[in-house]
Amino acid sequence: MQYLLSVIHDSAEFGTAEEMAAIDVFNERLQAEGHWVFAGGLGTTDTATVVDNRGSAALVTDGPFVETKEYLVGFWIIEAPDLDVALALAADGSKACHRKIEVRPFL
Amino acid sequence: MTPPTPHDVQEAITRAHREEWARVVAALTRRFGALDTAEEAAAEAFATAVERWPADGVPPNPGGWLTTTAHRKAIDRIRREAKRDAKQQEAQLSYHAPPEPPEPTGPIDDERLRLVFTCCHPALAMEARVALTLRLVGGLTVAEIAHAFLVQENTVGQRITRAKAKIKAAGIPYRVPSAAQLPERVSGVLAVLYLVFNEGYLASGPGTDPVRSDLTAEAIRLTRLTRALLPEDGEVAGLLALMLLTEARRPARLSPSGELVTLGEQDRAAWDRALIAEGHQLVRERLATGKPAGRYQVLAAINAVHTSARSLDETDWSQVVALYDLLLRLDPSPVVALNRAVAVAELDGPAVGLATVDRLAAPLAGYHAYHATRADLLRRLSRTQEARTAYDTAITLTTNPAEADHLTRRRDELPREDDR
Repeated sequence: MQYLLSVIHDSAEFGTAEEMAAIDVFNERLQAEGHWVFAGGLGTTDTATVVDNRGSAALVTDGPFVETKEYLVGFWIIEAPDLDVALALAADGSKACHRKIEVRPFL
Repeated sequence: MTPPTPHDVQEAITRAHREEWARVVAALTRRFGALDTAEEAAAEAFATAVERWPADGVPPNPGGWLTTTAHRKAIDRIRREAKRDAKQQEAQLSYHAPPEPPEPTGPIDDERLRLVFTCCHPALAMEARVALTLRLVGGLTVAEIAHAFLVQENTVGQRITRAKAKIKAAGIPYRVPSAAQLPERVSGVLAVLYLVFNEGYLASGPGTDPVRSDLTAEAIRLTRLTRALLPEDGEVAGLLALMLLTEARRPARLSPSGELVTLGEQDRAAWDRALIAEGHQLVRERLATGKPAGRYQVLAAINAVHTSARSLDETDWSQVVALYDLLLRLDPSPVVALNRAVAVAELDGPAVGLATVDRLAAPLAGYHAYHATRADLLRRLSRTQEARTAYDTAITLTTNPAEADHLTRRRDELPREDDR
């Protein structure tokens, strides 16, 4: 199965050099153990733009679709045989990037 | 052969339900990889038994009969659905073939254990774990679970449906956890069983029976099953002992008028000696291993001290306080500290006990037992006005009607202020 590990940002502090190094170590492990599918970090919500083309013309709006204290700053997509494996990896990922992680299965 | 009486058949069905339900659900889950199919087919098999056994007689191996029947029901169900969605279902049938009925012996015990761990998975909400465990492992109907927890049947039904959907979609495995995860996951299972027991022992909500013996009995039955599956686990043994030693006091716990009777006022002759003996035996077995005790084992040991004493005064309070000290190190919560303070009051007097209790004011201000404990200690110190206020707060906060009755009587027995 594939799982999306969403990294949730919920504090005023941003990633430190140690966190970046720990994330690199975790990524290498995901690759070595065959869990790696894809991962990425995202710009802050200041850099977000929303496009809505359900009407007659595409409507472009500055900012995120909803203002929240918690938002997505990055993600991993992993391959894991079941949720127990995915949760164990998420626990290590959370430690590495020092943020909480939401785990969701792909359909 | 003489035909069985309706009573014999009914008894055989009840026994088979109690002993075989989890086995049948577990075997079918293993075979078909879906809790839904397993649950529905198991229910159909038991319904068939109710229909057929009175006429055909009780089969020599009821468990085997039920598993085989449930198996056929599951295949029928998959075939019926196959007609609706031929292509997809054909794949499922061929994947799960051949459909030989497994024998209900040996390694199937592991399958029940898998079922327990799946139902108590930490990725499910606690109330979903409870409902799922009672339904799939305990074999209670949705209506019985709803009645036990005083919620609507469709609420329970939805909880179970959602939990099963999450198990499937999120890939919650049907497996006994790895050795590294086992202690944590066992403690998750025990938390579910203890919650069921406590809901039975100190039921909440207006209009409910103050003690729900159906729930305490079911919790004990499921804990016995877990112990049979994990005989080496000290905390499983500890929880079983704790439940038995608590359940043993149930006959003395309510007065004829339905009022809660505190430990000190209970008629100890009414305690169940057989349950106490079994609980004490488990505690002794754990002590003999010399392994460090977990939370449930310490709680069981505290209850063993209480149930060894002929009266409140003869209780070995220094032993109780020492055990609470140990428990506080394992579980440094204010509720444990409150219970320790009660024992301190017996050992060193109510003034020392009250001083200990008062230090817990901040975290426990909204907890009925904190105010009830203070009220009792203030009463014993003849601080009547303060005791009255504390009883009033405790009565407002408690959700158990028998406890409210007890507290009200205690408050009303306080000497009137103008008598002083």
